[in-house]
Amino acid sequence: MTTVLELRGITKSFPGVLANDHIDLTLEQGEIHALLGENGAGKTTLMNILYGLYKPDEGEILVRGEKVDIHSPNDAIARGIGMVHQHFMLIPVMTVTENVMLGIEPTRDVIFLDKSTVAEHVLEISKQYGLEVDPDATIKDLAVGTQQRVEIIKVLYRSAEILILDEPTAVLTPQEVEGLFKILQTLVDKGKSIIFITHKLKEVMAVADRITVLRGGRTVGTVSPKKVDPAKLAAMMVGREVNLVVRKKRAQPKETALTVKNLFVRDVRKNLVVRGVTFDVRKGEVLGVAGVQGNGQSELVYALTGLLPIENGEINVLGKTVRKLTPRRVLERGVAHVPEDRQKYGLVLSFPLYDNLVLCNYYLPPFANGVSLRQKVIIENGEKLVKQFDIRTPSVYVNASSLSGGNQQKLIVGREFSRPIQLLIAAQPTRGLDVGSIEYIHNRIIEKRDEGTAVLLVSSELDEILALSDRIAVMYRGQIMEIVDASETSKEYLGLLMAGIAASQTAIAGAKPKKEVKEVERVF
Amino acid sequence: MPAKKDARKSPGSTSSDATPRPVPQSKQPAETSGELHREIRRPSSAWVDNLLMPALAVFTGLVVGGLIIAVANDAAITAWGNFFQNPVAAIKASWDAIIQAYSALFGGALGNPADIVAGFQTYFATGQTAGLYKAIYPFSESLVLTTPYIFLGLAVALGFRCGLFNIGAEGQFFMGALGAAYVGYSITTLPWFIHLPLALFGGAVAGAIWGAIPGYLKAKFGAHEVVNTIMMNWIAFRLSDWLLNGPMKAVGYRPVTSTVEATAELPRFFPDPLRLNWGFPLALVFALLVYWFLFKTTLGFEVRAVGANPDASRYAGMSVMRNFVLVMTLSGALAGLAGATQVLGTDHWVGQGFSAGYGFDSIALALLGKSHPLGVVLAALLFGILRGGATSMQSLARIPIHIISVIQGMVIIFVAAPAIIRWIYRLRIGTAEQTVLTRGWGK
Repeated sequence: MTTVLELRGITKSFPGVLANDHIDLTLEQGEIHALLGENGAGKTTLMNILYGLYKPDEGEILVRGEKVDIHSPNDAIARGIGMVHQHFMLIPVMTVTENVMLGIEPTRDVIFLDKSTVAEHVLEISKQYGLEVDPDATIKDLAVGTQQRVEIIKVLYRSAEILILDEPTAVLTPQEVEGLFKILQTLVDKGKSIIFITHKLKEVMAVADRITVLRGGRTVGTVSPKKVDPAKLAAMMVGREVNLVVRKKRAQPKETALTVKNLFVRDVRKNLVVRGVTFDVRKGEVLGVAGVQGNGQSELVYALTGLLPIENGEINVLGKTVRKLTPRRVLERGVAHVPEDRQKYGLVLSFPLYDNLVLCNYYLPPFANGVSLRQKVIIENGEKLVKQFDIRTPSVYVNASSLSGGNQQKLIVGREFSRPIQLLIAAQPTRGLDVGSIEYIHNRIIEKRDEGTAVLLVSSELDEILALSDRIAVMYRGQIMEIVDASETSKEYLGLLMAGIAASQTAIAGAKPKKEVKEVERVF
Repeated sequence: MPAKKDARKSPGSTSSDATPRPVPQSKQPAETSGELHREIRRPSSAWVDNLLMPALAVFTGLVVGGLIIAVANDAAITAWGNFFQNPVAAIKASWDAIIQAYSALFGGALGNPADIVAGFQTYFATGQTAGLYKAIYPFSESLVLTTPYIFLGLAVALGFRCGLFNIGAEGQFFMGALGAAYVGYSITTLPWFIHLPLALFGGAVAGAIWGAIPGYLKAKFGAHEVVNTIMMNWIAFRLSDWLLNGPMKAVGYRPVTSTVEATAELPRFFPDPLRLNWGFPLALVFALLVYWFLFKTTLGFEVRAVGANPDASRYAGMSVMRNFVLVMTLSGALAGLAGATQVLGTDHWVGQGFSAGYGFDSIALALLGKSHPLGVVLAALLFGILRGGATSMQSLARIPIHIISVIQGMVIIFVAAPAIIRWIYRLRIGTAEQTVLTRGWGK
């Protein structure tokens, strides 16, 4: 095996922080090398240095043993280094071919674009590496996974030998992730080398040949997935032992906190997306709502919290039937909502932390005295919650926008959990978070349950649903397929329900519920 | 007094392209080089954004204005024609033109320091006030011009804070003036301590109605406030034409209202011709009130939250629509008060063409003041000084009065496009994240 790329002692500091501290990395030909680390560990900085977007303060880059200076993405491309960004750099109204040739358009007879040659080349590449793409398709009509394949083709078209993929699975469905991994395997089989940036343990275990773990800008170590387990990797990432298993006692459900009967909801485009949903949640239990995203779960939550009007049906919150819900009425009844889009609904990013921590009760004592705010109390409350919920920030005076995703989520959790609540509605509470934050938030949810709060948990991560729920409702096309006891079901069975295969059919499919799953391993 | 000619054109139209958001929030990428990096530079970044950048924008605007003066001056043009014979003379002529223009501008706005000192000396020595009053007359006039700017700047800034672009300050200003004038001249038997507050209130209500209508239309029907406030401006202009030629016309030929009763006037501090009156301190009081409202009350918290993120505000139980109506009403009331103080303190009657661009200037002014009451007061002072000195610059230095609009326009461009200022002065704040935006293929 030959070393195609070597980074030696790369150091990069920004005012006030050392983003990369003498990082070493070698990439062998034909390997998938995962760069694993929490948000803010320095992965993206390192790759931006390699791609010529930042200039390192120290250290050198060797491509095939030759020392090189990379000043711009063009330099990187000339050295055979290509990058597939997390957020695609595609023009939606153009075709695949047009997007691929963008920036290096070949011409015929001086002025005419030579699209057909490019289209042939695109077909050739897609055949060679198993990247199925129609060169004449318009980008905006393509699924996200296919758009990603176009990005990969773009890189290959520029004859890249080394591919950097920045969090490539963040935007993909589980099936698309499978597809991507197959493509990556084909690419390395044909001699390409890949750096794969991620913070998801499950993925590196599945696909990487070697794993380099970064933490706080330093290399923690390089390991082979055959020789480590997820717990060990998580500990390397976070810097301490991480409990990958949610330890919880058996639930002790008490009276019913939320009853939903035959609920119908339309989304903002007026499509009927929740169609006759009935369930209840009792105090002291977690009801998990599983399902592939886009099956009405989001709208269900928005309807329950007053953000979307109810088309038909009945909702009974804490003993009172409510016809017309407004968000304030819902909140005042003792309902907490951890929204799935934390930046859109959960936070005012340009507000300081202490204001975000009273966003729902700023008008109530002790935070307000009649019409005037009690700034001192609000700031003290902020400082107390920042400490209590372990929100990593230099002070409560910084804006919410300056926090990392995990800490933003802790901010919301801190605000919602600190109010006197009896029902918690949490939608995708750990989406995009790193292992440490996931562990933290899961433990807090179970803590709330044990305090006697009713919890409605909506998540598209099946592992999360299994780890936290006492009962599981599976939603498919706006309806609940079945509500099962979490201790008497299996991942496979839930998977079939999520695909819309009803219980009566599962006997035919041959999947029988597994008995007694007490502790579900949480690997993300 | 001051030329109220065409000031409405340039700053208003340049700023309409500007972003309506008062405090531009730079989007943070999901993962950057490290959170600590961002957190540490934040305090200094706030200082740079809110104080240094506007100050540099003003300075740069004056420099660019100076360059235009340098090439627009007859003597300078002639001297530049002979550049190859005598390059020194050409540069000197331009330099002289700039110095002359700006000393005329600021002298005309602030007065001559030597005269002011001499005035005070005479006053303390002999008790004679004539010299002192003459010396401080220019500054008094600048503060008179500043007064409506403060109210109007507050009106627009309040809208910005709630995410609303109130272009209708001009019309609300006009309606406020008419309302105050009507109460001021039509009631004749009240003592001043009832009549004056009533007249001010009349102006505020007229402006509030003019602001509330587009606010209600937005909340109820989703009609965009920019379009509706512009329409309301035109209705105000034409309505006032009719009122001034009909129901509110004073006896005589000119389309003006009667002079308001003495009981409705805002008292002046000095004898004629100094027009500085209680309107100015009242404007400062209202700046404090708006500050208190925005930052110290629950209602202000809602207004700012709705302006910064309406979705999160709805999630948190606030009524976005109610806030829109409330803010447009208050904004209109502030603009109406601008009109009221102008009538009751300065003019004492209303004529056609009364508003003359104050309302449009104030959009630029609110942007320059970063929609903060203190910033608005400072920006209003600057605009008042520019407008106050413009006439003297024209008469003494023969620089067209429109150069003031050019300077104001320049200042707004620099405020609206901070990247230019950062580039000119090599301010490196935030570049680490901006670089990431340039990633991708190509250059």
